[in-house]
Order: sequence, then structure tokens, then C-alpha cells
Amino acid sequence: MIKIEFNGESCEVEEESTVADLLQKANVASRFCAVELNLEIVPKDQYVIRSLADGDKIEVVTLVGGG
Amino acid sequence: MDESHDKPLKIGSHVLKSRLIVGTGKYDTLSLMKDSLDASGSDCVTVAVRREKLYDREGKNILDTIDLARYTLLPNTAGCFNATDAVRVARLGREILKSLENPGADWVKLEVLGDSKTLLPDPIATLEACQRLVADGFQVLCYTSDDPIMAVRLKAAGAASVMPAGSPIGSGQGILNPNNLRIILEYLKTDDPDYPVIIDAGVGTASDVSLAFELGADGVLLNTAIAHARDPVAMASAMKHATLAGRLAYRAGRIPRRLYATASSPEEGLITSRPW
Repeated sequence: MIKIEFNGESCEVEEESTVADLLQKANVASRFCAVELNLEIVPKDQYVIRSLADGDKIEVVTLVGGG
Repeated sequence: MDESHDKPLKIGSHVLKSRLIVGTGKYDTLSLMKDSLDASGSDCVTVAVRREKLYDREGKNILDTIDLARYTLLPNTAGCFNATDAVRVARLGREILKSLENPGADWVKLEVLGDSKTLLPDPIATLEACQRLVADGFQVLCYTSDDPIMAVRLKAAGAASVMPAGSPIGSGQGILNPNNLRIILEYLKTDDPDYPVIIDAGVGTASDVSLAFELGADGVLLNTAIAHARDPVAMASAMKHATLAGRLAYRAGRIPRRLYATASSPEEGLITSRPW
């Protein structure tokens, strides 16, 4: 297992997990989200190939009501 | 002349049918939001970018409720207190909208705040973020105070629209300094009459919206005045009518203010006599 920071909370995922694996595990609808890995945006078509490394910081955001 | 002969609101490359832009925050339920957006007549709505909730998620996204074929989304950078965060949030918003194929992917409502009590903008950070986002290809709709000099600087920095506040966000105080807004409108529109100036914050009720348009604003953006009204759907409808009334009154041309009265009935043919 490796340790990452996911939306500000530390969490453990299996080694060689991809962004897509993480989204699936967290039950996030990837259609409505954007992903930032270590301050860089990960394009949607790279979710399945981009693997996570120990210490990575990942932010998964969506749209909410706002003014 | 009537409202159907008005030219549409053009902001950068975006053309909107309604001059009223409404927010999607603070509604008690998504269904109340949906009905209110519908009643407002708006075709452009603002949204915010936030972390996906990993726990306690209801499973329903706001995008399940908003008809993406009907509304252009305008993502904001609300909650950002420095330029770097604002640029980061704007890019994430663009990334979400790109994959939704919504026309709102290339623009952003830039908001860089300086203080959490007043929610007033940080002018220096706002200008820096505006420059960086324009350089990154964004059409920037820039929230600012009602300072005319700042408004001129933001337009010069390439903002697609300057959006001065009527009063602090969510305060419901309406338009506190109409003279500053008049100066902003004059400065930004001289030699560039179609440059869009949108009054962004502080609206409390329908008359505030009409006043903004009567001053010559091209658009009004509001959220709380509808979402927190006792009857949001009815208030949304009031805002729609206030938009049409204020804009039409502006185009019709108001009479000048005079200190003394001028009689509406003819002076000629009076059968009465005067006591002096």
C-alpha cells in the first residue's frame, strides 16, 4: 500500500493504483469532476494510465451551487 | 421599441438572451433552484468549484438538475483569497466544463477576496489573477468594487467584462454608490459603447435590479436576493420583470430631474382663477 493525500485527507491505496481506480473506489462520477495531481490537472483520457505514487496529493473537484 | 427589439447581451464571444445572470447557491433544495432559474428567464448561471465530498455524499450532482442545453454555465472562483488559487480554481472549472461540452468552458467569473467579513475584493490580487487568466486564454468576467480607477485597470488588463458590486456580496443593500457606477459606465464605454458592464453583487430586491439597468448597466448578476427570498420562485419572476423594465426604461430615456414641478395638464383654457 502507498499513502496519498486525497482531498486533504490522508488515505492508503494499493500500489500502482491509477487515478481511475481511485475515482471508482471513492464512487466519484468522473463525468462531472476534474482531477489535479500535485497541482497539475490530469486530462480525463489519462485517468486510466496515470498511476499514483507515495506522497501524491490529489484533488478531485466538481461543480456546486454558487453565486 | 420594446424589449424584443433590444440587442442581446454580448460578453466576449458569448451572446446571452437574458441580461440577468443568476447564481445557483444557497437554495434549500435543488428542485427549488431549478424552478427559480426557470422563473428568472436567465440563460446563464454561475456555479462554484469545490472538492468532491468523499463522505455523506447525497449522490446527486447539481449538474443532474441544471439543463446544460439551456444554460451556459459561468464557473466562479468564489472563496479564493489569492491570485494563484484563483487561477488554479479557474483552470479546474474549465476542465470540468470542457468535458461537458458546455459553452462556458472558456470563461470565468473571477473573484479574489480580501477579507472574509466584507467579502470585498482584493484589488491587487484581482488584477494579477485577471492578467494571468487572460494570458491563459480565459474570457474573464471580473468582480470588483465600485472603484472607477480599478475598473479601468481591469478593462485594460483584458477583462471581457468588468463587474462592479452594488454593495457587499449577499448584503442585500442594493446600489450604495450610483455615482461611482455612473463614472465606471462612462469611463469604460466611451469609444466602446458595447463593452459590457455587469452589476454583480448586493442586490436585495427587484428595484435594485431596475436601478442598475436605468443607470446603463448591461447586465445584473445576483444570487442571494432570489435564493433567500421568502418565495424564491416569485422573486425570480420579479427579477425578470425588473430586468426588462429597467433596461427598457434606460433605452426609452428618462426625463431630467427638476427641482420644480411642470404641470401635465394644459395651462390654456383654465376656467379657474389663482389666489395670487
